[in-house]
Amino acid sequence: MKEIRKKALLAALPRTVPVLTGFLFLGLAYGVYMQSMGFSFLYPLCMSIAIFGGSLEFVTVSLLMSRFAPLQTLLMALMIQARHFFYGLAMLDKYKGTGKKKAYLIYGLCDETFSLNCSAEPPEDVDRGWYYFFVTLLDQSYWVTGATLGGILGSLLPLNTEGLDFVLTAMFVVIFLEHWLKAEKHITHLLGAGVSVLCLLLFGADSFLIPTMLGIHLLLTAFRGRIERRRAE
Amino acid sequence: MSIPERILTIGICALATMLTRFAPFLLFSEKRKTPAYVEYLGEALPGAIFAMLVVYCLRSLPLLSGNHGLPELLAVGCTVAIHLWKRSTLLSIGFGTAAYMILIRLL
Repeated sequence: MKEIRKKALLAALPRTVPVLTGFLFLGLAYGVYMQSMGFSFLYPLCMSIAIFGGSLEFVTVSLLMSRFAPLQTLLMALMIQARHFFYGLAMLDKYKGTGKKKAYLIYGLCDETFSLNCSAEPPEDVDRGWYYFFVTLLDQSYWVTGATLGGILGSLLPLNTEGLDFVLTAMFVVIFLEHWLKAEKHITHLLGAGVSVLCLLLFGADSFLIPTMLGIHLLLTAFRGRIERRRAE
Repeated sequence: MSIPERILTIGICALATMLTRFAPFLLFSEKRKTPAYVEYLGEALPGAIFAMLVVYCLRSLPLLSGNHGLPELLAVGCTVAIHLWKRSTLLSIGFGTAAYMILIRLL
């Protein structure tokens, strides 16, 4: 048993190195950012363990800074994290028969872990379940370490962090741009941008999210036929 | 926001995340196929949502007053340019944020 686990860990470790750099860097930025907003390192520590979804954790900071709005928080979180649902669909088969580890594999299925576990098969003599387990665990430990370190270092170093909150904007700009570049048709991107700007103008910065999310769902559903035909062209 | 409200907010975010991660394993299997509408949303939703999140980040931009949101707009332009050039997520986020931090001190 010990041998099996060690072998799986050694197979998983090198494949997670790219995630190590990314998560440490972004995690640090996230921790320092939370600290600069007046939150102790306990916040990034707990949030990186409990939520474990980078983009939502960043957004949660701005939610924590505004008025308590549970419904908006729930809808926002569901929309941001909706893509995980489709990761799960893709992993139904792969995570079959992994026993008790399965609950943790699902809990830790973030973007990076999904892309690692979905794209590459473990070497043949390595136990699949334990391999997936260690990829998930290593990825999460990088993120938790980065976030917590950032929270601690941010308070120790005399940094002038004014403007660091732009890291959130830059991150979403890059995610959006990357998604745009990979897509063949951009109708849904434009639709999302249009509805968001319209609702922002109509409802104001504090309450435009819920109407935007409703609007996006309604329009995507209403124009489903047309959008699907366009995609098929 | 009070401490219990903060804990509740974080709890809701954690709960929503776990709902999205566990739901497919609870709802579907190889035998029960995913409904076409769900598959369609999986294709169509991300682009729209990422656009919404960019707007959300820039929601308080003072377009008509002060510096007219110039640092934000320039920094977004900088992020996009570096990303189109190098296509490296970390580099784009790093330089974009650095550009913003410099711009707000200059403008």
